[in-house]
Amino acid sequence: MFGKLTLHDIPFDQPIIMGTCLGILMVGAAVLGLITYLHRWRWLWVEWITSVDHKRIGVMYILLALVMLLRGFSDALMMRTQLALAGGGHAGYLPPEHYDQVFSAHGTIMIFFVAMPFVVGLMNIVVPLQIGARDVAFPVLNSISFWLTAAGALLPNIALGVGEFARTGWLAYPPLSELPFSPGVGVDYYLVALQISGIGTLLSGVNLITTILKMRAPGMELGMMPVFTWTALGSNLLIVAAFPILTVTFALLMLDRYAGFHFFTNDAGGNPMLFINLIWGWGHPEVYILILPAFGVFSEVIATFSGKPLFGYRSMVAATMVITVLAFVVWLHHFFTMGAGANVNAFFGIATMIIAVPTGVKVFNWLFTMYGGRIRFEPPVLWTIGFMITFVIGGMTGVLMAVPSNDFLLHNSLFLIAHFHNVIIGGVLFGCFAGMTYWFPKVFGFTLEPRLGKAAFWCWFVGFYLAFMPLYVLGFLGMTRRINHYDNPAWDPYILIACAGAFLILGGIGLQILQLVVSIRTWRERRDLTGDPWDGRTLEWSLSSPPPAFNFPLLPAVEGLDAYWTSKSAGLSPGRSAYEDIWLPKNSPVGFVLAACASVGGFALVWHIWWLAVLGLVGGIGALIASSWREHGEVCIPAAEVARLDHLATVFRVRN
Amino acid sequence: MTDVSITPASERAPERYHPATKLGVTGFGFYVYLLSDAILFSALFATFAVLKTATAGGPTARDLFELKTVGLETACLLTSSFVCGLAMQAAEARRPRELAALLCVVFALGAGFLGLEIREFAGMMAAGAGPDRSAFLSAFFALVGAHGLHITVGLIWIGVLLIHVTTMGLSESYFRRLFCFSLFWHVLDVVWIAIFTFVYLLGIQP
Repeated sequence: MFGKLTLHDIPFDQPIIMGTCLGILMVGAAVLGLITYLHRWRWLWVEWITSVDHKRIGVMYILLALVMLLRGFSDALMMRTQLALAGGGHAGYLPPEHYDQVFSAHGTIMIFFVAMPFVVGLMNIVVPLQIGARDVAFPVLNSISFWLTAAGALLPNIALGVGEFARTGWLAYPPLSELPFSPGVGVDYYLVALQISGIGTLLSGVNLITTILKMRAPGMELGMMPVFTWTALGSNLLIVAAFPILTVTFALLMLDRYAGFHFFTNDAGGNPMLFINLIWGWGHPEVYILILPAFGVFSEVIATFSGKPLFGYRSMVAATMVITVLAFVVWLHHFFTMGAGANVNAFFGIATMIIAVPTGVKVFNWLFTMYGGRIRFEPPVLWTIGFMITFVIGGMTGVLMAVPSNDFLLHNSLFLIAHFHNVIIGGVLFGCFAGMTYWFPKVFGFTLEPRLGKAAFWCWFVGFYLAFMPLYVLGFLGMTRRINHYDNPAWDPYILIACAGAFLILGGIGLQILQLVVSIRTWRERRDLTGDPWDGRTLEWSLSSPPPAFNFPLLPAVEGLDAYWTSKSAGLSPGRSAYEDIWLPKNSPVGFVLAACASVGGFALVWHIWWLAVLGLVGGIGALIASSWREHGEVCIPAAEVARLDHLATVFRVRN
Repeated sequence: MTDVSITPASERAPERYHPATKLGVTGFGFYVYLLSDAILFSALFATFAVLKTATAGGPTARDLFELKTVGLETACLLTSSFVCGLAMQAAEARRPRELAALLCVVFALGAGFLGLEIREFAGMMAAGAGPDRSAFLSAFFALVGAHGLHITVGLIWIGVLLIHVTTMGLSESYFRRLFCFSLFWHVLDVVWIAIFTFVYLLGIQP
């Protein structure tokens, strides 16, 4: 009846796990109770869960990312404290089988459920506003994408309390992840969760590409798109080209585990190296999927706060697209040690080094944008400058490892760990935080408290260097990744410094939470009444904050780069004559229902509860078919109503 | 802060501006999705290419493949694509009855293809050449099976389209769905031709 699932699968004897689960359940119950107490269920359903508004969906993506960041970061703290306690013959407090789950969950969650939803959320909110569109091309599909991502994020958290998570590292290399060596449900949780969220990401990629290429405002040619939109285009092209490879790779591993196929097994002709090649065929583009939108955020921020047009717009666009293409010809540098031979390794080493060229072009463009500008040191600028310094260091250690002979020494050492945290924290995460601070007033109508924001930045910035620079040294001293305990006194000081750095980052996260709380409590004082709090350059700042559901009362005519800046400089006055009826997509519960079916079906698949898995599949297909009966998916907002809302907003802005 | 606004497009829309139609947006999005599907199949083709000699002492392609069945399958699928084209023409001419009849033919041919494929798979498994026998057979079943799964989805889709056209007639949004379906069906043909060539024809070569 319940497949492999029994009561023994809940680890009642593990105080750390049970305490965490109890905490999560209590917080969850408190939130649900609060919603009930405030009679907010209807509001939650209508305004958020079934909403197809790209701004709301973007906010939900980012909220998911922030919550999962707390989970992923607590995994990180556990690893650092474990190592700080597990030197010189001590065993620490995390037994190996638990520690292995912690580092696997940390990597999986941070990449798939923090970094991905954060950048996808930012793109969702900003891209339609920047190109003068009223929503994305397929609003209901957008809701489906989000909810599938959320369903995927749910499963690793269920794994915390029911059963176990993978002990294989964040990419689950076979043969370790094959049935004989990982007989438990951990790898199945991993595979099912990532399959579900991967489909969501793929659909969101299709959606945003179509939005950018088909929904731009009148007159906005490709060469007039803001740089963030360009980087979003590159990122989504990569999503559409790379995520199917991930789907196939995981599907093949699932066939191995569930149906006795022999793709990556040691026997019957299977080839584990095929998995490594396939997974990095997705994995390397994934790195650029994450970093390109961050590059876009920095470009917008630095131009706005320098009060200058971005230096070298065309070279920036070219660099973005070159990186998009090159992302697909470097995957082998993740396993130079496979033994593909000197010529193959040389090709991929050189290709990897070539990627540093367009990236360098970007760095110089940002520097030249600042040169001669009047820079305002608001928090988004601090994140940007912190990024430029950190990312250049991370980029250079990357080029060091791109030399195959170096890589043979550094492969799987802590040097590698330091390198990719250097670019992912210093690049992607700093970019997400910069973007969040920068566009927060546009979405919510008030700014974030800047002093706490700056304090949070300094904690993160210094904490990052304390936590990860020692790892470079440890890598040179021969420490490999995924070690549970060690016995080498020479490593002690570096491991302790790294642990201190992690706690400083914890302080940064605490300050960010405090910043959110304080900003929400004092929101009346920090309202953005102009719609343009930073003296922005692109179309989103021409709207009121927050923008109306339909974004643009009148579709703007675009005649060049930095469309809003040009109008401001020319002092164009509004001509508000010809309002038209606007058709907005209706709310749809299909995304939520589909995700519920996917979660239930996925859980059933993990535990081999076949009847429930079939039920989940049939329910999902049924929900999709049922939704196809809705012939009229749009509501009309009459021109008079649009005019009234727009007039109100205008009066409001002029008066203030 | 004075109120500054962008010139609305209604006052000065550039001459070269032609807003995308709904069919244009939907069709474009579906093309992008189909490209991702093509990449999915490429990954499976790559897997097959790597593993096709890994027979682990088991049966090889020459022992297993029967060109007669495969030829019949190909005939079914290509004909169904042709009929699908006729169905699109009927839809454009606003002839819902003819469209429904033609969709039934597409369904029958697709189901025929699927039946033949299932028979082929069952025969192989009964002869001890199932996907668990060797990496080569795993790759074969995954690639051809993924195509078969797409055909199955297509058959369900035809079913829904048939019910729609008989109950609600030929609306604008119906036409968009039909358009997407026909793209999907044609692309499955293209994939099948690649499978026919690289898996079956090259497989039985000495």
